[in-house]
This record gives sequence, C-alpha cells and structure tokens, in this order.
Amino acid sequence: MTGRMVNISKRWGFHGVEALRNASTTYKMVMGFFVLLALAGAVVGLHGLLVGYHHVYGVTREISWGLLISAYIFCVVTSTGLCIVSSIGHVFGGEAFMPIAKRAVFMSIMFMFGGFCIIFFDIENPFRMAIWNVFSPNFVSNMWWMGTLYGAYLVFMVIEYYFLLEQNHTLSRLMGFFGLVVGIAAHSNLGAVFGMLHGRPFWYGPYLPIYFIFSAAMSGGCAILFFTTLGWRINPEIMNQRMERSVKAVTQITIFLISVIIFFTIWKIITGMVSEGKHLVIMSFLSGDYAINFWVFEVFLGMFLPLYLLIRSRGNNFNLILTATGLMMIGIFFMRYDIVIPGQMESVYHSMGVVEAADMLTYTPSFHEIMASLFGIAFIAFAYFAGEKMLNGHQLEKHEIVPEGGYICPGCGAIHYMEEGETEEDAMKRHHRIW
Amino acid sequence: MKFPKINLDNLKNEGTDSVTPQERRKFLKLGLAIAGVYAGGKILSLTSVIGTAHASGGGVEFVKKYPYNPHYSMVIRQSLCIDCEKCVDACNTTNHVPEYGYRTRILTKKYTGNLDKQVEFIPVLCNHCNDAPCVRACPTKATYKDPITGIVRMESKKCIGCKTCMLACPYDARYFSAARRAVDKCDFCWEERLSKGKKQTGCSAACPTGARTFGNLTDPDNIVYKLVHQLEEQVWVLRPADDTKPNIFYMKGNMRSVDNILRGQKFINFSSEKR
Repeated sequence: MTGRMVNISKRWGFHGVEALRNASTTYKMVMGFFVLLALAGAVVGLHGLLVGYHHVYGVTREISWGLLISAYIFCVVTSTGLCIVSSIGHVFGGEAFMPIAKRAVFMSIMFMFGGFCIIFFDIENPFRMAIWNVFSPNFVSNMWWMGTLYGAYLVFMVIEYYFLLEQNHTLSRLMGFFGLVVGIAAHSNLGAVFGMLHGRPFWYGPYLPIYFIFSAAMSGGCAILFFTTLGWRINPEIMNQRMERSVKAVTQITIFLISVIIFFTIWKIITGMVSEGKHLVIMSFLSGDYAINFWVFEVFLGMFLPLYLLIRSRGNNFNLILTATGLMMIGIFFMRYDIVIPGQMESVYHSMGVVEAADMLTYTPSFHEIMASLFGIAFIAFAYFAGEKMLNGHQLEKHEIVPEGGYICPGCGAIHYMEEGETEEDAMKRHHRIW
Repeated sequence: MKFPKINLDNLKNEGTDSVTPQERRKFLKLGLAIAGVYAGGKILSLTSVIGTAHASGGGVEFVKKYPYNPHYSMVIRQSLCIDCEKCVDACNTTNHVPEYGYRTRILTKKYTGNLDKQVEFIPVLCNHCNDAPCVRACPTKATYKDPITGIVRMESKKCIGCKTCMLACPYDARYFSAARRAVDKCDFCWEERLSKGKKQTGCSAACPTGARTFGNLTDPDNIVYKLVHQLEEQVWVLRPADDTKPNIFYMKGNMRSVDNILRGQKFINFSSEKR
C-alpha cells in the first residue's frame, strides 16, 4: 500500500496532506479562513433550508432568481471557460497552451462543484431533482438539458483529469474533446434558459446563448491567468520558460476575447435602446439603478481596465496580470449579476400601465443569500489553495504530449528537438546557447 | 387570418349600395380592432387568439379548432369589475393560498381626462395558455396541460423548485408555496371544485357583478362561448405578442348586445329561422 502511494505521488505529482502541513502559517491561515467561510456559508444556507427560503431570501415571485443564480452562473461560466481555453492546448494540440491544462481542468472541476454547491441552496427541492430529472424528463426544457449536460460535463472533466494525471494523453484528449462539446452544449443551453423566455424581452433571443459562449471563453482566459499568476506568487518554481510562453499566449487570447465582449456589449446597449421591451432596462444600466454596476464594475473593472493592464503587461509582467485579472474576476461577477437581475426588473404587467406595476421591481440580496453564495465561492478558493500545495503547483514530471523526436528540457521544461546524432545535452546547449 | 390576393389597380368601384350592414360593421370593427381603439394600449391585439382563428367576428365553423373538450375558459367583463376582491378571498379560501402568495389578483388602471371613468379594474389569473411557456420550461414535467380540459396543472411531487416556470410565465401567475413544497398556481379550481362536480370556479361563483364568467368554450349554449362568439363587442387577450394562445378573454362587457346575449334574446330579423 505504501509503495503504491509513493508511486502515485510520483506519477501524479501528488504531495498529499503532508504538503499542507508543511505550508507556511500565513498560507494555513488563508486556507483556514476559506474553510471557515465555506462552513459558515453552509450553516447559514442549511438554516435557510430548514426555516424555508421565502423567509430569509430576498427573492420574490416577480424577481425569483437572485444572487444565488448569478453566483451559480458566474461559477459555471468560469468552469466552461477554463475548459474552452485549456482545450486549445490539450485537445487541439496548440503547444503553447499545454502547460496550463492541468491547473485549468482542476479549477474547472472545482468551479463546477462550487456552482452546484450554490444551486443546491437555490433549488427548493434539490433531492427531487435527482429523481425526476431521470424519470420525468422534459426534452423541450432548456433547464433539463442544462442540468443534464452539465452533469455529463462534470463526469467527462473528472475522467479527463484522471487521465491527465495518469499521463494517458490519448484518452485525456478524447475525454477533453467530449467534455468540451458537452460543456459548450450545456453552456449555450444555460443561455437559452434565459433566451427562450419570450415573456422577458431583455433576455429573449439568440443573443444570450451566443454571448454566453464568448463570455465564458473570456472568463476562462481571465481565470487561467489569475490562478496561474497567483500560483506563481505561492510557488515561483512553477514558472519556467514553457509556462511563461503559455501565460503570454493566454494573455493574448484574453485580450482578444475582452475585445469581443466589448463589441457584444456595445451592440446590446445600442439595439436595446430602440427596443420597446428592453429600453427601460438599458436606461437603468446607463443612468439608473444599475449604472454603478454597469459602468464601474462591468465596463471599467470587467473590460477596459484589464484590457489596458493586460496590454501593458505584454504577457510577462505577472504582477500586473495578477492585478488585472483579479479585478476582472470581480467585474465578471457583476456582468453575470447584470444579466440575471435586470432581466426581471420590469413587471410583466408594466406595459399595461397599471398602478401595481408602475414602478420597476427592486431586489437586494439578503444575508442568507450572500452567505450561501460565499459557501460555493469559498469552497472554490479553498480547493485552489489546497490544490496548489497538494498537487505541487500542478506540475508533473511530464504532463504534455511530447512529439516524436522531442524531449522535455530538464532545465526549462520546454520541448526540445534533437537533431540527428545529437545527444540531449547537445540539443539543450544548442537551444539555450549556453555552455 | 388569410386574405385573398386582390389586384388593387384593376379593381372596379362597386359602390356602397351592394354592401350589407353586417359587412360594413364587420369592416369597421376590423379597423377598430387593428387600431386597438377599444382599450387603448399595447396589450390589445386584433382579438383573442385561438389557433389561427379569430374568436370574435367569426362563426361556428372553427369550434372544431378548440383542442380540448370541455375547453375551460374565462371571459372577464372588465367594466363590471368593482374591485371588491371577493374573488381573491374566495380563491384564497378554496385553494388554501398562503398569505405571501396569490393565484389571482385585481390590477388597477387609472386614467385622467376621461368623461366617464377615471379608473378601471383588471382581474388577472393564469391564462391556461394553449402554448404555455411554463409547460415548455419545466425540466421535470411537473407542470402540464391537462389533455382533456386544457387546464395548466401542477404535479407538486415532481416540482424541484427551480422557478423557471415563474419567470417563463408572461402573466405572473405562479408563486412558490412552501406548504406544498412546489410552485402553486390557478387550476380553475379543478382540485377543489370542478373535479367534485361543481360547474363554477371559486372566483367566478363569488363574483357579485358577473365580471368573471367561467365556462366551456366548445359548448355553443355556454355563456363563455356566446360572449366570445359575438360580433358587436371587442374581445381581446393580454400580451398577445407573446403568442401563448391564452384562454382568458377580456371585454368591456357593458354593451346592450351583451345583455341581449345574456338574456338569450334572439334578433328576429337576423335569425336564420323563418318568421
């Protein structure tokens, strides 16, 4: 048994609980903080479950999706995004993206779990879901497809991660491909859950399913940069020449994807301004109740500041990347919030001009909702910090597909190619122009 | 509604002599209906929407198009509603609706500058749409169209509480009931009254003015059928643009023609029976 453990440790880069024990006090305190936060969130959430959510949550019959759904969407969007961006490397063979794959897939699974933790406290009867989702499926319901496909997605990602650890690259690639296909299907269905509610003009249409995919890719790029550079702050050893190249490539693609989302947002605003059903919501973004959410968080923190900082960083100023993507994660959270809540702020009877529906509906998250959301978020944060230590910064002796004739440079970690009659050492000398 | 193709350029003027009063009336009504003059707002469409047919101004021929039998429906004669809320109370008592929820409510619309009325009351409830968005949105078929009556009902034990149906509903007809651990909604009192042999819903039975009229749309002798299939007064549905084919019809309902229908009076001149 002991021998087997050692073996796995070597193969998987698994350092076990021992690594947690050896961590610095500050590190332990950070982890402890997130554990306590997650526990507190779970306790408060369970309290809500026991006394009945309608007593403790801020949601109403008109605004029935609140902070929890926003937080859930934030988590699953990031999860899908991590899968999309990392698949460029380990599924489609983009070599520059390969080194980030392991951390990305790990975090993708954790974000998915975190999302499920949050939705557990939003759905009133989560246990019935497990039964009736199987025995009474409604194939025309986007909600059913979203739930089912995300379930399948999680399974594929877990299997893929196992094969990544096992360094079985053929199977991990296959599972990664299935995971990507199912993940994109699931995620566009999440967009369609909103996009197919034709009584809600702010959501209705093909915009949201499409936007969700691009937005996910942007979140994924941002999350990879954030977690990789944070990992570098924790353990500078994870950075080598290959990883630096990878961070640069992800920075480039993230800059591109932020531009895409800016483009999407501009047209959402412009088309919404001339649409009778969307006009009120759009105006509340521009100058109303949601102006701070929109301008400060969504536009400034979520798009323009990270765009500027990422361009300034040139992909190799890791501290700048860490700041930019950290702020961007906050901005992205508000982007999700700004999809979910404002879509419900106009009562369905508003256009009839009746007294009861004259005002816009308002929503403020309650303490229970905030804590239940933090349960999922804190779980993800804890999983990240624990993962960095236990999985040794997600490093492997060999975790990428090495092409024929190539080998991994023990010095820099990059793939080097040997010319005919050349030894590894000669090749290394040639590559690095040293010695 | 299909229109025949007419080449307008080559059309001859037939004069007005050959136009019968009925045709003239029908034409004028169509214009008024398109303009939405009767109730003045974007909630109004041409008329009610059942299949592709018009409910008013038509004839018996599309009765066959009603997909259910009995096809339960409600006609709300808006002008008769006095906001006494007896219907809401009756509903709450009959269906054990908790304090934080409601299955039906009465909306108030205020006007200024009108000579007759300054306020209008609009009772709203589940529209039991033929193309119900809530039924499509439910992941577990916990809400469904009853295959016989067309009532949108709940199978509470299947409800997972995701609340998608509440957002899918364009009439805000649903709420989450903690007691049932499921979303609750109007079922035309199927569980509490209709299935026990009663003919009226709680709200329509309690209405002192007859603003709420409940009945079977496939029965030509039923009052609901008569109110929907008349020519004289505009009938409409709420939020027609959502195209959910609702089964709650609205009309002002205070014109003499409606009284005549209610009294069962026949118009001898227009009757097909010979004098």
